[in-house]
Amino acid sequence: MTIAIPLLKLSSIGKQFGGLSALSGVSLHIQRGEIYGLIGPNGAGKTTLFNVITGLYQPGAGEFTFNGNRYQACKPHILARAGIARTFQNIRLFANLTALENVMIGRHMRTRAGVFGALLRDRATRGEERAITERARELLRYVGIERPAQTLAKHLSYGEQRRLEIARALATDPLLLALDEPAAGMNATETASLKTLLQTIRTSGVTVLLIEHDVKLIMGLCDRVAVLDYGKKIAEGVPEEVRKDPAVIAAYLGGGDD
Amino acid sequence: MKSFEYILNKRLTFWLLLAVLLMLPFVTDALLGRGWVRIVDFAMLYIMLALGLNIVVGYAGLLDLGYIAFFAVGAYLYALTGSPHLTLAFPATFPEGVHLSFWIVLPLAALVAGGFGVLLGAPTLRLRGDYLAIVTLGFGEIIRIFLNNLNAPVNLTNGPQGISRIDPVSVANVHLNITQHAFGIEIPSVHLYFYLFLAFTSLVILVSRRLEKSRIGRAWMAIREDEIAASAMGINTRNLKLLAFAMGAMFGGASGALFAGFQGFVSPESFSLMESIMVLCMVVLGGMGNIAGVILGGVLLAVLPEVLRHSVVPLQQALLGKTVVDPESLRMLLFGGALIVMMLYRPAGLLPSSVRRRELDTDEAAEKI
Repeated sequence: MTIAIPLLKLSSIGKQFGGLSALSGVSLHIQRGEIYGLIGPNGAGKTTLFNVITGLYQPGAGEFTFNGNRYQACKPHILARAGIARTFQNIRLFANLTALENVMIGRHMRTRAGVFGALLRDRATRGEERAITERARELLRYVGIERPAQTLAKHLSYGEQRRLEIARALATDPLLLALDEPAAGMNATETASLKTLLQTIRTSGVTVLLIEHDVKLIMGLCDRVAVLDYGKKIAEGVPEEVRKDPAVIAAYLGGGDD
Repeated sequence: MKSFEYILNKRLTFWLLLAVLLMLPFVTDALLGRGWVRIVDFAMLYIMLALGLNIVVGYAGLLDLGYIAFFAVGAYLYALTGSPHLTLAFPATFPEGVHLSFWIVLPLAALVAGGFGVLLGAPTLRLRGDYLAIVTLGFGEIIRIFLNNLNAPVNLTNGPQGISRIDPVSVANVHLNITQHAFGIEIPSVHLYFYLFLAFTSLVILVSRRLEKSRIGRAWMAIREDEIAASAMGINTRNLKLLAFAMGAMFGGASGALFAGFQGFVSPESFSLMESIMVLCMVVLGGMGNIAGVILGGVLLAVLPEVLRHSVVPLQQALLGKTVVDPESLRMLLFGGALIVMMLYRPAGLLPSSVRRRELDTDEAAEKI
């Protein structure tokens, strides 16, 4: 049994933007089935790290292994196919498409009908379309979007838009679901139901990587937490330990060195 | 019960529409004269072009200002392979010119134009919006200038004089350039071409509709809405953008071959930037991404200038006794005005995309859930 092999393993990832070092020497590993939190003050490099592992940025140094394969300088769609799905800090839905269509697009890479399928509408294609629609409706219910599936994404409420992004990401059958501040701008009730949703998702076997500012949510949800500050990992461990770590307290409250 | 009536209504509408369309050339001929049937024929060609461009602009959101180049490629391909012209350049190889059947050239025209679409798409993959528009505009002009100047050193395109005596289209040995008689009715050439174009337009509409409601169509719209999110969903944006360019170009190329066969003559001036802009306006004016809107836009922009041409001069003569404004300049004035009014009051087009209508139809949507 090789239970110990992590799902995602980063080794000394670095990323420079001109003279600014957004990430330097970040190493961490995420085990299958855990909820892993990534916290840190604004500008600490959390979203940059997300963009590196989802292929939006190419890492300047280091390498990462996902599900046993090494990835270097890959396009986002390759990593999505490998099983990394993400949501965005500033919601990036397909605003003028319906909620249902948004989720259906998530099924794109797990289905295969091409131009000829579309033109001929043969039985296989029609069956596939039905399956896509079916799964998309299921996912809308799963994340708890009560509104008609035909509502345009831009007309959904803020919380629903966040949920729709999660449904769309889940439609890609991910191994790792990476959420960039899913609770940002949510009220307490919405955050509580988000927490329940994330727990359900984890139970279903999907590993979750979570960037969040809401410390209460992180503490109550994550199995392990890493803290980034100025592009470096300054702490890692179970939430209670990290919370008491002097380096973390310094990073958040303003440190003593200078 | 409701659905039964709905289907019945749909069937009825379809047959009524078909009857109206079949009668259209005869009615137009009787009421307005044969010249107008020709105008209707051209309107059909424009609709095909606009629907092709709609794939690129409306679905995939790639602003293409050089679309007419693909029309030109198709038209010249048939002009070269369906006329005596190549005798001039290669008297030994083609003493009679090349006279391939239209039905062989048509798919070739689509394929070659599709190839040009990929050729245009490949270097512009990273561009969007206005930047893409500038490059595609340049591409369109390059094609036109090539056609204008490729009469030396080897006379390939006959330069600005264009290529004439192109073989007319024939369907199962029925020559469409000759008046035919069927069921005791005389069917003139323009009517025959109308039916040919009607068949092709219907095909283009069918293809557009099926693409729109498919996995490929959804991926295009995802790219249009947010390219980064689309690629994060595992969509290979490069391939799908190239596919959109190629599909759009194929429609353009096929319409080009039809145009060459119908007109019997092609010259570079039919493929100016103004034509590209005209086709783009049909798409935008009618409603980007909505097939019915694009058709409406095509009809309006193809027919209204002709209405003006036929009414402005007589009207001025009757009212003022002389011609003050010539119809061509009035056309551009009205056209510019119409675009400004559209952008102010109906920015999504005359018939906006179906998604937006579905959105308003909440009762039906609620039922579906």
